[in-house]
Amino acid sequence: MSDGPSPLVKFLTRINPILIVLVVLVIVIAVISPNFLQPFGYMNFLKRAAPIIVLACGQVFVITSGGFDLSQGALATLTVIGSSILLGMDPDGTWWVITLALMAGVLVGLVNGFVVGVLKVPSIIATLGMMISLTGIALTWSGGAPRGYLPDAYRLFGRVLIKDVPFVTILPVAVIVAAVVAAALWLLMHRTNYGRLQHVVGDNPRSAAFAGVPHRRVRTLAFVISSVSAVLAVILLGGFAGVSTDVGTGLELQAITAAVIGGARLLGGHGAVGASVIGALVLQAIFTLLNMLGFPKPLRDVVQGLILIAAVALAAYRRRRSGQ
Amino acid sequence: MKLMKSTMLAAALSLAAGAATAQNYDDPEEFAKQEAMLSAEAKGPEGKPWLQHFDEKMADTSQYAKDGPYTLCFSNAGVNNPWRVVGWNTMQAEVEMHDEIGNFIVTDAEGSDDKQIADIDDLLAGGQCDILIVSPNTTAALTPAIEKACETLPVVIFDRGVNTQCPVTFIKPVGGYGFGIQAGRFIAENAPEGGKVLMLRILPGVDVLETRYSSAKHILEDAGMEIVGAEFTDGDRAKTKSIVEDYIQRVGNIDAVWMDAGATSVAAIEAFEDMGMDVPIVTGEDQQDFLQKWQELGLNTIAPTYPTYQWRTPIIASLQILKGEEVPGPEWNLPQPAITNETLADYINADMPPLHYAMCGCEDMPDYPGRWGGK
Repeated sequence: MSDGPSPLVKFLTRINPILIVLVVLVIVIAVISPNFLQPFGYMNFLKRAAPIIVLACGQVFVITSGGFDLSQGALATLTVIGSSILLGMDPDGTWWVITLALMAGVLVGLVNGFVVGVLKVPSIIATLGMMISLTGIALTWSGGAPRGYLPDAYRLFGRVLIKDVPFVTILPVAVIVAAVVAAALWLLMHRTNYGRLQHVVGDNPRSAAFAGVPHRRVRTLAFVISSVSAVLAVILLGGFAGVSTDVGTGLELQAITAAVIGGARLLGGHGAVGASVIGALVLQAIFTLLNMLGFPKPLRDVVQGLILIAAVALAAYRRRRSGQ
Repeated sequence: MKLMKSTMLAAALSLAAGAATAQNYDDPEEFAKQEAMLSAEAKGPEGKPWLQHFDEKMADTSQYAKDGPYTLCFSNAGVNNPWRVVGWNTMQAEVEMHDEIGNFIVTDAEGSDDKQIADIDDLLAGGQCDILIVSPNTTAALTPAIEKACETLPVVIFDRGVNTQCPVTFIKPVGGYGFGIQAGRFIAENAPEGGKVLMLRILPGVDVLETRYSSAKHILEDAGMEIVGAEFTDGDRAKTKSIVEDYIQRVGNIDAVWMDAGATSVAAIEAFEDMGMDVPIVTGEDQQDFLQKWQELGLNTIAPTYPTYQWRTPIIASLQILKGEEVPGPEWNLPQPAITNETLADYINADMPPLHYAMCGCEDMPDYPGRWGGK
């Protein structure tokens, strides 16, 4: 016993505590509502978490490289409004509209990257400006009222449930999309040279530049990934329930929160895609739990805020202890 | 973000209009008055509800008589939701139908009280207006500006009210209690006895949304229905769908969903559809997307309306006033019909956009259906 901590303690300190938080939350939810353990219960949960997962996996790239992307939500709103207006004119145009939306995402990311990297505007201001501009475009284009609609082909990704799947009975398409996006971004972040450069640039941009890292390109790509993830996420959200002028409101804060709950360091240099997925699930579990407890909305916001601060403080505490 | 929020609020506000002085959202006297109007026979030309009224006091307007052509001025609260878009298109078509209107000057307050107060000042200062039409953004804030306008020219108010009797007339449909009564009563009569009802609301604190809710709640409670919850959706479709899914999981069978506005009815219906369940009573409004879903699924439900044809009436009333003809006033209540299973087919038009309001009374107007986005 005197030769260091037991293997069990070692194991427990190695796993991300946020995973334990998630497990606890899920157990509490399952106790309160046993229906949660039915396929419809947990699959609905995953379906609703899917857009936040996609957003958080994109956002964590920007955070890791030392910035924020506040324009995700506004881009999401613009995507839904633009798609519904374009599809209102051409209901069979789902594929070109989705392609166009993804290209718009790439463009927004490039502009954010340019403003931050070349014009040297801090990302929080650059993307705030982008957020305001995109919101303005969406309002001007739509006149503030939703027009048009999203046809079934467009809504497939967010709405359709594949039935009679072995083991889980039903499988929402949104969950598959989120899993594929998360897996792809995990590979990019943790298995490629680019992912390593992300961390280097975020950790110390100056020394990265001195070391010859193409830091502008690295950061710009992070913004592109973040914007494209916002477009993908809102295709799921719009698919779930249809046109809404309010669909993107607050999404960027949820994404940042999820990434930070997952242990991403707000000043850059440290972030993980897998942990962001767990962060997104924790966030959704908190929403679900508070809703199940029947908290009135204002009280729900209070509890939500407190839990978020606690989660982030816990992550910071853990980082200090482990000396990272 | 703030911009989006305020747009949303304005959207919700404009769905809610009506009783000017209703601080009390649960007023038995107003409830009884509106209940009586729902079953009363309206006076006026048949098939033209925008010209009808309920045996109201008439306002003498001989003092305003003058020769045309007339300049009509209109201070609009905003065009920031589909209901107002349809109404505004309808009003413009009405203006085109009258040669005696020489000029139609319009300001758009974009959902802001401050801008609307400034707009009204500008219109008065311009000195061109023969009459001022106002669709107030909010009741209390606009009252002083309208009192000031009344001193120099005749004023017509419609949609939402103001806390003053100075306008020649205030045009509105029956009102929020009536809306709540129609849907509440349908559920009480058609859902199983003691059935479970979920009530979905946009947001608290808006007079006519509150009165829709209070009157429906009374009726449901008196009928012995079990209200399993009353939730706010912010008028958001995703939130609506999630809330309904959660309730289905929590309470199992839901026998009816009462909606205080129809914009998210289809999302509520989809929640049942996607869970592979039969869709129970889900009330709505006269948007095409809801009406078409209702027909497609063969639902048994009802759609109370807050008719957009009320946007025609202020133009017609203004011309009557300027010609010195008497108009119903100081209040002009228009009929507020509900769409039922029997009349549903009359209101469905697949060529109109999904968010078009069927009760626009605009089918015979110039440029129908193109002006309203139809084909």
